[in-house]
Amino acid sequence: MSPSYLNRRRPPARLIAPLLTHAVAIALSAVFLFPFLWLLTSALKPNALLKQWPPVWVFAPTLEHFHSLFDPDSAFRFWQFLANTLFICAVTVSGNILASAMVAYGFARLKWPGRDILFYVMLGTMMVPAQTMMIPVFVLFRKLGWIDTFLPLTVPALFGNAFFIFMLRQFFRTIPRDLLDAARVDGHGEIAIWWHIVMPLSVPALAVVGLFAFLNAWNDFINPLIYLLDETRYTLSLGLAMFQGQYETQYGSLMAASALMTCPIVVLFFFTQRQFIEGIKLTGIKG
Amino acid sequence: MGLFFVSPYLIGFTLFMAGPLIASFCFSFTRYDIFNPPKWNALNNFAELAHDRLFLVSIGNTAFYTLFSVPLGMAVAFALALLLNRKLAARPVFRTLFFLPSIVPLVASAVLWVWVFNSQYGYLNWALRPVCDLLSLLPGVDARPPNWLQSPSWAKPALVIMSVWGVGGTMVLYLAALQDVPKTLYEVADLDGASAWQKVRHVTLPMISPILFFTLVMGLIAALQVFTQAYIMTKGGQPGVSTLFYCLYLFQNAFEYFRLGYASAMAWILFVFIAVITVIVFKATGRFVYYEGGGDE
Repeated sequence: MSPSYLNRRRPPARLIAPLLTHAVAIALSAVFLFPFLWLLTSALKPNALLKQWPPVWVFAPTLEHFHSLFDPDSAFRFWQFLANTLFICAVTVSGNILASAMVAYGFARLKWPGRDILFYVMLGTMMVPAQTMMIPVFVLFRKLGWIDTFLPLTVPALFGNAFFIFMLRQFFRTIPRDLLDAARVDGHGEIAIWWHIVMPLSVPALAVVGLFAFLNAWNDFINPLIYLLDETRYTLSLGLAMFQGQYETQYGSLMAASALMTCPIVVLFFFTQRQFIEGIKLTGIKG
Repeated sequence: MGLFFVSPYLIGFTLFMAGPLIASFCFSFTRYDIFNPPKWNALNNFAELAHDRLFLVSIGNTAFYTLFSVPLGMAVAFALALLLNRKLAARPVFRTLFFLPSIVPLVASAVLWVWVFNSQYGYLNWALRPVCDLLSLLPGVDARPPNWLQSPSWAKPALVIMSVWGVGGTMVLYLAALQDVPKTLYEVADLDGASAWQKVRHVTLPMISPILFFTLVMGLIAALQVFTQAYIMTKGGQPGVSTLFYCLYLFQNAFEYFRLGYASAMAWILFVFIAVITVIVFKATGRFVYYEGGGDE
């Protein structure tokens, strides 16, 4: 702490700078939050108030937009789309966790010829744009008769994902070697060591992988767009995009549908903030 | 045993990475409509691309989007991170507020921004209209809010603005890096009488350069593949072809016109281009990126 007579010499700067910082932070966060609040409040606003400026923040919320979405005849079949999305999410999350963890163990804790080369090849694949593989993969799935099924959206997850493998490898390498060696001396095989020692110790890292696998599947748009044809099989993202195409001006319903897609992610975020930050450090961008 | 553990990745790599990469390379020399077997077409796809106006337009549009959205996003994220790194009450609250927009699913935010940008009913123009009216009081000025997504010259900037809304993830990365910069470096700079700008320029930027570099590479790769926003918000590249981005045109060729050979040629050009740009960024920024501990890992 500096002596108090120093403070008295420059009172304005010491007072104004923090005030300014807070003022700028409040103003900017208001700008960032505005579209977000607009989305949530518009979903609950009666039609008469939707297009009012300046916006009305205090109003009697209505569920009319949600009622129309939950109507079985609605073009946006929320429950169906949600069930489809959750099914795909469940398979890709468990597939990615298991397969990526298994591969990561092979890269992290076992020595075998060609390991490092293959690892660097895998790192290289993280830069390859998905569009380059898209067409042959589509041809392959079409030959297999998998078009308009969930298989093209789920099966690839069973082989792991380079980002997740990389992340889990880094984590597995921090597990003390003595622990694994002791188990080896006791006569346990590598599969048992992986499953009974490494996996339980890695729950925090596996949670990050699970979270981001979930976000990827929840947000994915181009794959459902390419592979799903029948409306009963649409995911939320594909259903919402099609709904937007048909009902461009029904802002209340559109915002309600968008809010239904956004809110689970926001709730998830508030429960898993630490994992969110870890995952972002890995991928550099949002899931 | 090691091979057993990595076997899922090896199979996946063969089926969904190496195999398709080779296959799409081969497709790019063929005429292929998916219903009939591919026919050898030599280099004709590439020759045709060179004269395809839409192909060239899509490159221009993608370049515009990338050149504005990536640096702007990094600058805004860095400015926000610097702001949050100051003495701030309730810093975690502010961090969450700036971060929240970035977790809104892209399709949901596309639907939201279509309305925000609507020239009659969008709130952006409601907010801009009084400003424009005020400006129009000046002699010779006739300011009007832009038509955003309906205007060929404003549709791309609109998508750039929307992308800046989602910089929260990058900001979180920068903030974490800022908080890792040793305080002693700033104290030494203070003793040397460095100004605030000099401290940012000579201490902060070099110390967080690895993360700046990382976000630059990832941001470039992501921006070059922009697709979803344009597909949903501008109905496949409208108005005119002003938001026809590279991957949108690739998608249309493959899945709307069933020109899979032609689209494969585009896919390979994109692949090579991203590889080249990554190497160039590596080389160009190499001497600016500072790795603590020498960086020889």
